[in-house]
Amino acid sequence: MKLKLAVAALAAALVIPAAHAQVKIGVTLSATGPAASLGIPERNTFQLLPATVGGQPVQWIVLDDASDTTKARQNAEKFVNEDKVDVIVGSTTTPNSLAMIEAAARSKTPMVSMAASARIVEPIDDAKRWVFKTPQSDALMASAITQHMGDSGVKTVGFIGFNDAYGEGWAQEFQKFADVRKLKVVGSERYSRTDTSVTGQVLKLMAANPDAILIAGSGTPAALPQKTLVERGYKGKIYQTHGVANADFLRVGGKDVNGTLLPAGPLLVASQLPDSNDSKKIALDYTKMYEGKFGAGSLSTFGGHAYDAYLILNAAIPEAAKKAKPGTPEFRAALRDAIENVKNLKATHGVFNMSSQDHNGLDQRARVIVRIDNGQWKLAQ
Amino acid sequence: MSRAAMLVAAVVAALAVAPLALPEFYVTILNYIGLYSIVALGLVLLTGVGGLTSFGQAAFVGLGAYTTAYLTTAYAWSPWLTLVVGLLLTAALALFLGFIMLRLSGHYLPLGTIAWGISIYYLFGNLEWLGGQTGLTGIPPITVFGHALDTGREYFYLIWLLVLAALASIQNLLDSRPGRAIRSLRGGGLMAEAFGVNTANMKIVIFLYAALLACVSGWLYAHLLRFVNPTPFSLTFGIEYLFMVVVGGAGYVWGAVVGAAVLTMLREWLSDVLPKLVGQAGEFEIIVLGILLVLLLQRARGGVMGFLARFFPVTARAKAPADAAALPLREKPKTGDVLLQVKAATKQFGGLTAVNKIGFSLEAGEILGLIGPNGAGKSTTFNLVTGVLPLTQGEIVFRGTRIDGLPSREIVKRGVARTFQHVHLRPQMTVLENVAIGAHLRGQKGVLPALLRMERAEEGRLLFEAKKQLERVGLAEHLYEPAGSLALGQQRILEIARALAADPVLLLLDEPAAGLRYKEKQQLADLLRRLKGEGVSVLLVEHDMDFVMNLVDRVVVMVFGEKIAEGLPREVQADPAVVEAYLGGVE
Amino acid sequence: MNFDIALLLAQDGLTNGAIYALLALALVLVFAVTRIIFVPQGEFVAYGALTLASLQLGRMPGTAYLLLIAGAAVALVDVVVALRERRPGRIAATLGWNVALPVALFFLARWAAPQQPPLWAQVALSLALVVPLGPMLYRLAFQPLANASVLVLLIVSVAVHFLMVGLGLLFFGAEGSRTPAFSDARFEAGAMTVSGQSLFVIGASLALIVALYLFFERTIYGKALRATAVNRLGARLVGISTTLAGKLTFTLAALIGAASGILVAPITTIYYDSGFLIGLKGFVGAIIGGLVSYPLAALGALIVGLLESFSSFWASAFKEVIVFTLIIPVLLWRSLHTHHVEEEEDE
Repeated sequence: MKLKLAVAALAAALVIPAAHAQVKIGVTLSATGPAASLGIPERNTFQLLPATVGGQPVQWIVLDDASDTTKARQNAEKFVNEDKVDVIVGSTTTPNSLAMIEAAARSKTPMVSMAASARIVEPIDDAKRWVFKTPQSDALMASAITQHMGDSGVKTVGFIGFNDAYGEGWAQEFQKFADVRKLKVVGSERYSRTDTSVTGQVLKLMAANPDAILIAGSGTPAALPQKTLVERGYKGKIYQTHGVANADFLRVGGKDVNGTLLPAGPLLVASQLPDSNDSKKIALDYTKMYEGKFGAGSLSTFGGHAYDAYLILNAAIPEAAKKAKPGTPEFRAALRDAIENVKNLKATHGVFNMSSQDHNGLDQRARVIVRIDNGQWKLAQ
Repeated sequence: MSRAAMLVAAVVAALAVAPLALPEFYVTILNYIGLYSIVALGLVLLTGVGGLTSFGQAAFVGLGAYTTAYLTTAYAWSPWLTLVVGLLLTAALALFLGFIMLRLSGHYLPLGTIAWGISIYYLFGNLEWLGGQTGLTGIPPITVFGHALDTGREYFYLIWLLVLAALASIQNLLDSRPGRAIRSLRGGGLMAEAFGVNTANMKIVIFLYAALLACVSGWLYAHLLRFVNPTPFSLTFGIEYLFMVVVGGAGYVWGAVVGAAVLTMLREWLSDVLPKLVGQAGEFEIIVLGILLVLLLQRARGGVMGFLARFFPVTARAKAPADAAALPLREKPKTGDVLLQVKAATKQFGGLTAVNKIGFSLEAGEILGLIGPNGAGKSTTFNLVTGVLPLTQGEIVFRGTRIDGLPSREIVKRGVARTFQHVHLRPQMTVLENVAIGAHLRGQKGVLPALLRMERAEEGRLLFEAKKQLERVGLAEHLYEPAGSLALGQQRILEIARALAADPVLLLLDEPAAGLRYKEKQQLADLLRRLKGEGVSVLLVEHDMDFVMNLVDRVVVMVFGEKIAEGLPREVQADPAVVEAYLGGVE
Repeated sequence: MNFDIALLLAQDGLTNGAIYALLALALVLVFAVTRIIFVPQGEFVAYGALTLASLQLGRMPGTAYLLLIAGAAVALVDVVVALRERRPGRIAATLGWNVALPVALFFLARWAAPQQPPLWAQVALSLALVVPLGPMLYRLAFQPLANASVLVLLIVSVAVHFLMVGLGLLFFGAEGSRTPAFSDARFEAGAMTVSGQSLFVIGASLALIVALYLFFERTIYGKALRATAVNRLGARLVGISTTLAGKLTFTLAALIGAASGILVAPITTIYYDSGFLIGLKGFVGAIIGGLVSYPLAALGALIVGLLESFSSFWASAFKEVIVFTLIIPVLLWRSLHTHHVEEEEDE
């Protein structure tokens, strides 16, 4: 009897993957934990998505990795070993995405990350040829910040960032572009998402007396250094990164984040954009759809990264389906090629032009400088 | 074959076919259960058996994982070599921490482990060469004879082979001479020390072994996931390992595996079910786990195994052989030689003098009674002779050498064995095993041979000796019963058998008749008389006059810390000072 | 580093240290009276802070629901026990404390929350919602185990910590909150600025410590708790029940925890799981005091605060490593200077 059951289970396990022709998409995101304010709108976005993508029936498998790198890797392993997905989407944060690359590459499964760092897709090697990402790279954003700094007469800058891959990536990119613009980086400090006080770091930065300070953190934990700076009477300009573009940051930051400058995707200020902007229409459509379900004012730009991932797959899956059947290694390879060939795709955060050298595909159109003005995002250019 | 043994055989057989029959998902789950089991096994030894609680095992897991992750990725060392390096590093850290923490009593160890669990986690997360919070990727698979174990199904066999090896090693250890010493740690160590066990060393040994097992688990983990970052080695996981042991049943070796399995599957199931129930995502399973743990500790301390053990009774593993070579005997003194001399022994507690310049001596072959009313200082004197308390002044000489100032485990080495006024037995161990503790010093084999079961010949001789002593005192038909199931009178006699197993020159009995019924006292008196006939020397501390007077050769009477009389029982009974003390006392 | 910065760091360290000191005192108190090493102390900090934050946003705090559920559970257990022991007289009291009071607080919170009452009323309501959870927790988790060993109680304590973190996530959500400062004032004292908020935290902590001192010295309940801490059996003989002492202690611990949370909420962003690390730093302080001495525990907690503050300046990445490794030399010193006392423990 037991043997029979085991045989039946074995047969079932072998049969099921072969029987379906659905495209399987494994999504892992950080719906809980420190990066939850980024992951929740992403998860919400996946709830809005249709059951067919590019005309193919799809199965979305959405898992939470709790902002935990190991959990993200385990989710990725589960996707490729057990579910045998055709493409992985995720994760929300850079460390999580970096940890997943190996699982995707080993199983030759394309992966579309929703995290910021350029290090996820650069330099393109044997592993990273399988990896793409939708958010603007820190390099793109860093160049926007340094440009704005240079234009507004800033000569010296201080930097404080997360003590993880996000902060590390920003520190490197920012230094690079600061050199180009002849800005002097007079101090570079680290703090961790879970810290309850950053007084020491802030005092050290302020002692160097910089004209402006850049805070490289994401979500609500990025408010802490800024509040401490204000509390300690810092008078210079404060820049944040696009990692903070959500309502929770404004709520936690309160009046202390007034006047903050940050680079962001066009989605954040879509209604303030000129009609000629490539992203305006799709960004407004997405906003309407999102707020229709989750309430007015609930939109955050991070959901846009998830939606852009959908748009990319929506463009690429029909191409891949012409070449092979979903569920096969050939399909996964074809899907990778198709994503790499996505051209001129208008999305909520800009226009994607992928190539074998650029797995992000965004350009200057993907960023605007935004100022926080009494709890509102205002286009600053 | 017992039911329990059949169950174990079935589990092993099921494990052998599992990776062939199960879908990938279950193989992955079983792999993780195996990894957790190895850590939990160490904790069963440490916490369930040894009574030492650690929340910091995850840190040792991390040490094993990071050592191999770093050395295999940065220097391309072989994983087998990095395992050795990891074990050495773990051993060094465990010895260092053990030396500091194990000296402190009770709750400092768990609190200390919480602190180091946190600081090692942050250390991993902030060292750039260990990849910081992002961790290390690109860890190679383990190769066995040139074949890379790079699928979960193949890796399964390596994991579970090590689980079974760890399980067997711990069962072997517990069923051995050092194992009995470890199982005696929980009673506070007084009894174990009295039979020559160095309890401080034993604690370090089990702490070390638990840490090494955790390190092995970490090594396996790193090569299974082929990625490490600090989160799986955080305090939360350290706590969960302990929870696994509690859920499975802390006192049972298989409880580690059962607990790891129950908790892992429960977690998996809850994380599936709860978000649907609650309507939002999140780690809500910790709510259910928290409640479950509290209820278990309130209602069923034995965990799942405590429940299962009712249906699968485990038969005692330690059996005395039918025959074995006798253990060597100590050279015995001639009748009439002076054995023990107590010279002006004084003990003060603060300003209070409990024992004041007591002096007496005892010759080989005699039974000396030390009597007096309650509070006379008899027990204090007893504790001075056995090395439990240090002397304030005076000397205690045994066979010509001073023994005052020595710890009890040194005194028993010289041939002085004792019993306890409040019986100190391990109630769950069998009568035979309890008595075998007495013979601890008559064996030499340590932990390593015990783990590998290479001490069977000596073990047989020790158990045979224990059986012989139990036959000698008339408990032969109770060999394999748990000691806790005996009546008080039998337990006292068991303690005498345990002391005899040490092959003593002198037997110290601390109020052996206290709390016994009349019949039991008679049986005890018969036994002592028989032992005297066999030439055993005895110092008997007692306050029951009638019991003593018919038994002993000579009596020393104490009142208020002073000796008031010494002599033959008949003379002493007639001494007016003694009569006054007893009639005037609170008898 | 110059003198000004050192002063500022010291000010920051003392502010945090004052909060750790409060928690350290609560931990020593709970351990002395009940032998429980109270790991969930930190959760009361998070609950207090997040309850106040909810009220300030005009939202119904999650603790109000939690209080209803916990109260119902206690009432259920109490009623079953009362019926089994045939002492129905107790039912009315338990229903009053555990059902009527939470229901009343629930409706009060529902009425008050949208009206955005003044700060002091919000603080009072937050305390009223969080503090009763203390004795309820004692009743449900610890009272049935009053005679268990320290180690069993510690494991239960850790399980309760898990449980309360999970409930915090359920009732407050994953996002953090930060409340506005009690005081925006700044004082110039020579070269340094002293923030009104820091002074407020330090002042409030001192006031609480003095209040606790008076409670223990002057009130009958305070004296009863001291008696229980010295000798459990003796206290019971003179009519102070272990249960009453336990509930009272947990009420105080919850009060200290929630008050610390309210004090710390304007200084940093508090998440549902932030309490643990804050509580553990109080622990390091308490361990420096050997878990028995109140003044040493408070001093230890201040040292932790200062060490934390200065190490965030010099080696920000290794701050936690430094703070928690501090415990090892402390334990080493203790192990070399205290005589090892064997304790008998149960199976």
